[in-house]
Amino acid sequence: MRFSGWRVLKEGLTGNKGWRPHWRDPDPKREYDVIIIGGGGHGLATAYYLAAEHGITNVAVLERGYIGGGNVGRNTTIVRANYYLPGNSEFYSHSLRLWESLEQELNYNAMMSQRGILNLFHNDGQRDAIVRRGNSIINQGDDAELLDREGVRRMAPYLNFDNNRFPIMGALLQRRAGTARHDAVAWGFARGADMRGVDLIQNCEVTGIDVENGRVTGVQTVRGPIRAKKVALAAAGRSGQVAAMAGLTLPIESHVLQAFVSEGVKPLIDHVITFAEGHLYISQSDKGGLVFGSYLDFYSSYAARGNLPMVEHTMETCMAMVPAVGKARLLRSWGGIMDMTPDGSPIIDHSPIDGLYLNCGWCYGGFKATPGSGNVYAHLIATDRPHGAATRFKLDRFRSGIGLMDEEGTGAQHNLH
Amino acid sequence: MRITCPICGERDRREFTYRGAALPRPAEDAGLDAWHRYVNLRENPAGPLDELWYHEMGCGAWLKVRRNTATHEVLEVSLASEAGLGGAA
Repeated sequence: MRFSGWRVLKEGLTGNKGWRPHWRDPDPKREYDVIIIGGGGHGLATAYYLAAEHGITNVAVLERGYIGGGNVGRNTTIVRANYYLPGNSEFYSHSLRLWESLEQELNYNAMMSQRGILNLFHNDGQRDAIVRRGNSIINQGDDAELLDREGVRRMAPYLNFDNNRFPIMGALLQRRAGTARHDAVAWGFARGADMRGVDLIQNCEVTGIDVENGRVTGVQTVRGPIRAKKVALAAAGRSGQVAAMAGLTLPIESHVLQAFVSEGVKPLIDHVITFAEGHLYISQSDKGGLVFGSYLDFYSSYAARGNLPMVEHTMETCMAMVPAVGKARLLRSWGGIMDMTPDGSPIIDHSPIDGLYLNCGWCYGGFKATPGSGNVYAHLIATDRPHGAATRFKLDRFRSGIGLMDEEGTGAQHNLH
Repeated sequence: MRITCPICGERDRREFTYRGAALPRPAEDAGLDAWHRYVNLRENPAGPLDELWYHEMGCGAWLKVRRNTATHEVLEVSLASEAGLGGAA
């Protein structure tokens, strides 16, 4: 189904009775060239770019639940390219460029809003680190500006500048960063892939991965066996269980990250803002809700809900940064399952099994990576060579210790990111 | 989430620091693959998992906690020093 201004006008005048489902609901075929396990943002984007850029359309995306029902539909929707380390820096730069042309590419309104991100700093050490990061971003070819205290005040006068413990000294601003409508990103990629012939198969849990003589030959599902020349994992927090079906153990722990939304209020927060003491990120959705979150709960979890200590911490930090939010009621909160690697950076690589590919370890940063991840993963699957923007996301860096990307500098060890 | 410390009794999750999966520590000369498995690789189950927790705000004991990662139910707690995981005493 296609959209146009004329179509919107016509449907508006005729009771909106002509809209049809955005993608087909096909039964699985017996065999595909590529099967992607996981119909989240990354899996759908991978399918889209396989079809659109590599002409590989005999592809199935197998989704256990429904399209848009996983982490892609339950995150804080932030898009940015402000990473410091080589490896991450060029990848997120590539991804942000894809975000900027995504709506034209998909002809789908993803509500991409480049409202800018402000990373606040509160002491000299943080300022020095932010200057280094800003220079790294500029060298990468992206935008970064250092704001002093008054510069921040002009953009966000409601912040608590004189908090005794965490006074705001300034911020790193990336104007091209912002937010996007997460569901629409999934729907746009899904429709684009479907239109090019990709089968999106929902309610189709994978129960086994078939490997013969070290080569993948297909998968077992609740809807029967499906053969495939190549199988690509894109299962996010469930990567460990899916990889185990092929006998692989990954360097991943799944942790819970909570997020929060307030009741809708009038326009207050025009940007994405992060607080560096106690860690917090906040933006305001187009519906008016304040969307915010902070750290992981810091224990392994698949429960999709967290515990009260981190709720309390997040509210305290939010109040320390924007005291005005204390007047808003909290509307809802939830927990997502995060596939955490020891160094906090992802894996996009071949697996030790021929024809089986890995895309996992997105930690708490998978949403902004969605188009970039799909784009470079499709390149890897189609050509068997890593994309130029993703040469360092190697699986063996954990075994060798060479090429670890510990962006936070806390140590490449589980439970430190 | 509350954990019953064998020494202190039932306490709030705030008192404890999480370490991760309770794995047998390899010998120092066990080789790269054994240490890679210990340091990096995880079974990462959605269900019961043996973990190490540190009673930081209490008695300071390391605990081996069997906990269901899908429900957060704490199933069993014992002192890590009695768990036979290896490493220096």
